Amino acid sequence: MSTFALDQIQAQLPQALVERYKDRAGEAWGVIAREHIVEVAKLLKEKLGFRLFISMDAVDRLHLPPEEQDPRFEVVYFLKNIERNEHARLKVRVNEDQDIPTIAKVFQGADWAERFVWDFYGVVFAGGQKRRILMYEEFIGHPLRKDYPLRGRQNLIPERPIQDIFRGPGTNGVQD
Amino acid sequence: MSDDIAPIITTRKDEATGFLQNMISKGLGWARKYSLFTYPYATACCGMEYMSVAAGRYDISRFGAEFPRFSPRQADLLLVVGTINLKQAPILKRVFEQMAEPKWVIAFGVCASSGGFYDNYAVLQGIDRIIPVDVYIPGCPPRPEQVLDGLMLLQDKIQNQRHYLGNKQPIPERPGYRDLAAK
Ligand code: SF4
Repeated sequence: MSTFALDQIQAQLPQALVERYKDRAGEAWGVIAREHIVEVAKLLKEKLGFRLFISMDAVDRLHLPPEEQDPRFEVVYFLKNIERNEHARLKVRVNEDQDIPTIAKVFQGADWAERFVWDFYGVVFAGGQKRRILMYEEFIGHPLRKDYPLRGRQNLIPERPIQDIFRGPGTNGVQD
Repeated sequence: MSDDIAPIITTRKDEATGFLQNMISKGLGWARKYSLFTYPYATACCGMEYMSVAAGRYDISRFGAEFPRFSPRQADLLLVVGTINLKQAPILKRVFEQMAEPKWVIAFGVCASSGGFYDNYAVLQGIDRIIPVDVYIPGCPPRPEQVLDGLMLLQDKIQNQRHYLGNKQPIPERPGYRDLAAK
């Protein structure tokens, strides 16, 4: 499989690339230092033509063997170069108390993905929006963390006022 | 006169009105059970099965639940078809509250009845936590025959309920959503 993206990163931003390896399917992965992720995203998008942001996710490594537990989270980025028909697979490793610079300025579509990662894993993106995207505001905790209780129950949420429906004079929201 | 005799004495008028009321209640029950307007609150895969129940082969209208009404104001049977998660719960409660009395609820499928296999962080573990349910139909999804059986159970229940003419039907006390959420 092609290692074009990683070779270019290694050549142009050698300080950003912490580690590179191939997974079982033979795909190339690069681990990026978290301070450099914005530069790497810019390089990939503007110079190397990886213009399509595909998706982003995270991995909670809490129950892996101890040597793989630190740092706890791996945030995974997938980019694609349409002309070359190639993917770039990047990882950033962070601990709970660290944050990652947001790449939403480079790829606008990453905004929702970052909100998703924050919502479900609690990884903070510096400069990004810290708003839940799928769960509701009152939700306590981050459900896809490995230490989220399996049978953890949340309370019923309060009803939201409905702003865009006119309910007659004197009512501007929820009434029982 | 001792006390235990007094309540037994009924005048002819009481007897006559009681008999009439019974007849009216039975008649209304018969009319209501065969003219259920359903509001299908379909949120998930059970909705497919609802379509199959409503369409030609199984044809729920043979049993008197002819019309799906897509406004809760016009419906008297709320079919909760599919997974209800916590984010959806206030909406379901509001839809239920918007229906006019008398109204009945069927929990269609295990997700609506108990949360089913979604024993997780997001899903309401049974709609009976927020609204009263008359008939639970198990199955993931239930077979259409099962749904029709559930509908017939509900019809039996409606027939045996007490119905009143006009607006004399006592409105049951039901906790508001806010009280439920505050607990
Ligand atoms: S009971 Fe089964 S088929 Fe019905 S909504 Fe739940 S998962 Fe889907």
